[in-house]
Amino acid sequence: MAVLSFLDREHSVAKPGYNRWLVPPAALAIHLSIGQVYAFSVFKIPLSRLIGGSTSAPGDWSLATLAWIFSTAIVFLGLSAAAFGAWLERVGPRRAMFTAALCFGGGFWVASAGVVLHQFWLLILGYGVLGGIGLGIGYISPVSTLIKWFPDRPGMATGMAIMGFGGGAMIASPLSVFLMSYFKTSAPQGVAPTFMTMGTLYFIYMMYGVFTVRVPPADWRPRHAAAAATPRRLVTTADVEVNTAMRTPQFWLLWMVLCLNVTAGIGILEQASPMIQEMFRGRVTPAAAAGFVSLLSLANMGGRFGWSSFSDYIGRKATYFTFFALGAALYASIPRIGASGSVLLFVIVAAILISMYGGGFATIPAYLRDLFGTMQVGAIHGRLLTAWSAAGILGPVLVNYIREEQIASGVPKAHAYDITMYLMAALLIVGFVCNLLVRPVSSRFHYLGAARDTSAGAEVARGAPVTAPKGV
Amino acid sequence: MTNATQPEIRHSAPTDSLSMAKVVGAWLFVGIPLAWAVWQVFVKALVLFREGTG
Repeated sequence: MAVLSFLDREHSVAKPGYNRWLVPPAALAIHLSIGQVYAFSVFKIPLSRLIGGSTSAPGDWSLATLAWIFSTAIVFLGLSAAAFGAWLERVGPRRAMFTAALCFGGGFWVASAGVVLHQFWLLILGYGVLGGIGLGIGYISPVSTLIKWFPDRPGMATGMAIMGFGGGAMIASPLSVFLMSYFKTSAPQGVAPTFMTMGTLYFIYMMYGVFTVRVPPADWRPRHAAAAATPRRLVTTADVEVNTAMRTPQFWLLWMVLCLNVTAGIGILEQASPMIQEMFRGRVTPAAAAGFVSLLSLANMGGRFGWSSFSDYIGRKATYFTFFALGAALYASIPRIGASGSVLLFVIVAAILISMYGGGFATIPAYLRDLFGTMQVGAIHGRLLTAWSAAGILGPVLVNYIREEQIASGVPKAHAYDITMYLMAALLIVGFVCNLLVRPVSSRFHYLGAARDTSAGAEVARGAPVTAPKGV
Repeated sequence: MTNATQPEIRHSAPTDSLSMAKVVGAWLFVGIPLAWAVWQVFVKALVLFREGTG
């Protein structure tokens, strides 16, 4: 459609006068919106009382049933990030962001209809499937563009965007509570109009990103790039196509690196509130535990920006070495800290661990760029995010299963997490080894298509799906 | 027509005020809600910690 041609990649190439510092806010507008998914839990109780009112009634959805909405959204996040990455590189960030806004906002609207009609499948279809696709496309949509605009500081650039995903929930949670309270008199629990309102607000907010984002002209370089970029052995100047990247050992090593780092972080995140209460029984109330969880969300967000920016100075490999070495030492120290009874020390250690969990998410796009180049880094990132899905299952299962097994075998609750913490330390040591094995990608995997086909327009050709031979 | 070597595309320290105003406006647009949320969480965490452990 001609009316939507402004979404085309060639129409989003930056014109003279465009300032590259407009791109991170555009990316943040997307990530601050889709980060709402982590605050979905505020809807669970109201959704379980749509018929009963003050309490659940027969016919109301159970909390266990409602958990499927979030799970479906996360599954579709991973699937769509993996499936649409190559498409994103072809059509450019603007069309991808627009699609993400339509899916994410539209998902809320469909879910709202599901609430009004009390049809659970509409909630799954709306928030879970449609919203999940919006999450996946939205998550990866600004990554390669940011890396291309900030070749001198790719870690900082992607960290700014991915930080927004952590911050989105902190905005969405009080906003959702306020809207449900505002609409409570006009609809059961105020959920349906809240969904409609949030879908519309997020769509508009994400459209700011759509209109603001630009791709750099072909072969554009920042003025001082030569001075800023310190040559590193792992940083390539070549490009690797997404399907070829998946045939390299480096891709799977980084897959393991991300999966293990996330698994370890989820070990604390998933059980943060009960963990601190059980480890310091009688000294930490549920209210204080909620404060602890809030602090962890801040550490998660700060770590995303801080660690990824720091990686621009010490290198990506050294950053992950820090995550794994320091993380293993800190996890192994938690049982002793628990035994010592120092709540403050426990909070500090947990905050550092969660900052590295967030840092792992935010630094991985720059690591991919170092190894595989910028050509299809968004698509490769999308495929790598399947490690997140795997860790999302592995982490909680490990923590919950071991804790229950420990309690069943007579271990006091205060020590029920000891084995888990040692296991997390062991997983991080495996991650350390995986990171150690990462070497530069062999030149036989490098893409040669652009060198051969310069007549098609470099910017379009570099983003296009590659059918050229994969090796030299 | 864009050009790879065009000097007008800036990467830091923009000199003209319109460009700077756009950048400041963009950062305020995303920064204000984020800063508000961070502040809310920070205050909540401090209050809850004081209540819970006091």
